[in-house]
Amino acid sequence: MAELTSLSAAVAELVHDGDSVALEGFTHLIPFAAGQEVLRQGRRDLELIRMTPDVIYDQMVGVGAARKLVFSYAGNPGVGSLHRLRDAIENGWPVALEIEEHSHAGMANRYAAGAAKLPCALMRGYIGTDLERHTRVERVCCPFTGEELVAVPALNPDVAIIHAQEADREGNVQLWGIPGVQKEAVLAGRRSLVTVERVVDQLLPRPGGVFIPGWVIDYVAAAPGGSYPSYSHSISDRDNDFYRDWDRISRDRDRFTDWMRTHVFDGAPA
Amino acid sequence: MTVISPPTAAEIQTVVAARALTGKHSCFIGVGPPSTAALLARRVHNPGLVLVYESGTFGAKPQRIPLSIGDGELAETADFVVAVPEMFNYWIGAGRIQVAFLGAAQVDRHANLNSTVIGDYEAPRTRLPGAGGAPEIATGCPEVVVIVPHSPRTLVPRLDFLTTGSNHITKVITDLGVLEPAPTTGELMLTQLHPDATVQEAVEATGWKVEVADELAATQVPTDEELAALRELVARG
Repeated sequence: MAELTSLSAAVAELVHDGDSVALEGFTHLIPFAAGQEVLRQGRRDLELIRMTPDVIYDQMVGVGAARKLVFSYAGNPGVGSLHRLRDAIENGWPVALEIEEHSHAGMANRYAAGAAKLPCALMRGYIGTDLERHTRVERVCCPFTGEELVAVPALNPDVAIIHAQEADREGNVQLWGIPGVQKEAVLAGRRSLVTVERVVDQLLPRPGGVFIPGWVIDYVAAAPGGSYPSYSHSISDRDNDFYRDWDRISRDRDRFTDWMRTHVFDGAPA
Repeated sequence: MTVISPPTAAEIQTVVAARALTGKHSCFIGVGPPSTAALLARRVHNPGLVLVYESGTFGAKPQRIPLSIGDGELAETADFVVAVPEMFNYWIGAGRIQVAFLGAAQVDRHANLNSTVIGDYEAPRTRLPGAGGAPEIATGCPEVVVIVPHSPRTLVPRLDFLTTGSNHITKVITDLGVLEPAPTTGELMLTQLHPDATVQEAVEATGWKVEVADELAATQVPTDEELAALRELVARG
C-alpha cells in the first residue's frame, strides 16, 4: 500500500546515485517538482529514461546529474532544440552523456513489456533504418507466420516517477487528460513515486480517467503545481511562454546555471 | 472591402498541404507547419477530417494552432484519448490512420528521412531531436506526405542518418513545388510548381539532379477563402 509522505522524504528514500530513473508524462503531467527535488538532493550518475526528455531532463542533464539518457524524441516541442542536452551530447558539457535512443513506438512497447514483466516486446519497425545499428533491438522470426519482426528489450527502471491530479488517503491515484505511458511506467518500475496536485477523501471516476491502485505504488506525495511548466488537465494550463523562454535561458551555459541556482537550488524544497 | 495581399511561398506550401487532405478520412500530425495545414483543411477543404495527434488525441478540434502535440485544448476537444502504447500498436501500426504529415531535416531522392543527426552519429555536428513517432508512422500510415523547405541542405544526395524509410511516401510538398515518386524508378521527381517559382530555381535547390515531369502541373493560386482562413488561424497564435 502506498505511503503518503512528503516529496523530499519520498525522493530521499527512493532515488540513489547510479539508479535508472524514469520520469514520465507525455507533454502533460510532467513531474517537474519531483525531478527538481532529485537535483536538490544532489543525485548523480543517473540513467535517465523518458520518451520525450523535455525541459525537465534538459535541466537534469544540464547540471550533470546523468551519465546516460534513454529517449525517443529530444526536442522542445514546437520550439526547437533542448540546448543543454545538445551541449552534453555534442560537447560533453558539463559531463559526457551516453545515449540510447529508440522510436516512440519502441519506447512505448518497452514500457508495456516492463509492466507485463516480460523480457521483451515484438513490433514492426527499426528494420531498414540506421537506428537499428545504434540501439538495442534484435530481429526475430514470428514462429507462427515467419514474418521478420523486431524485439525491443523491456524497460524496468529502478524508480518510476509520475505526476497525477488526485490521490485518496489510501494512496490510490487517478489521472485524466492525455494519459501518455504513466501507468506502464509505474507498473514497470521496481520502485515508484506518484506526486499529486491534491489528496482527496474520495476519488470520483472521471471520463477517460486512469486509475492506479495504491498497492502497486510505493509513495504518494502532494506536490501542488508540481507539473509546472507542463500542466495538469482541468487544474492548470501548459505555460507555452515558459517553453519559448527556455530556449533563451538554456542556450547559454552561464545563464542556465544562474537560472537553476535561483529557481531550483535556492528554491524552497517542496 | 479588404484587399488580400499575395501569398508568401510558405503560405502556398501550407495551402497545398491542406488541399492534399481533401476527401481523406484521418490525418496524423506533428507540430509546426503540418498542424497549421491540417487545421486549415478542416476549416476550408474537409470539415469532417479526423485529426490525430501523437499524444493520443483523436478527433481534436483545436481553435488555435497548438504549440505542442500535447496542448490541453487537444484533449479537451478530442472524441477520445488513448495511451501511447495503444496509439502506436492499435492505431498507427495497424494502419488505421489514412494520411500522415511528417517533417524532416533531410530527405533523399528515395524519400528516406533524417531527423536524428547532422554529421557523424558518434560525434554529431548538430544533434537533432531524433525519431519520435516518425519511423512507425511512415510505415504504418498508407499515405505519407512530407513537408519541408526546398533547399539543397534539406533535399540531399545522401542522408547523414536514415531515421525513417518508407514506400508509403506519396508527396514531398516544398515552398517551391511538389515532388512525387516517379512511377518507374520510385525516385522523387518534380511534378508540380507553385506560382512565382521557376523550374530552374527548383532544380537548383534540389541536392541531386532531379528529374522534372514532362507535364509539370501548375499549383492553383491560393483562393481568397484559403488565404483568409490561413491568416486568421495564424493570427490567433
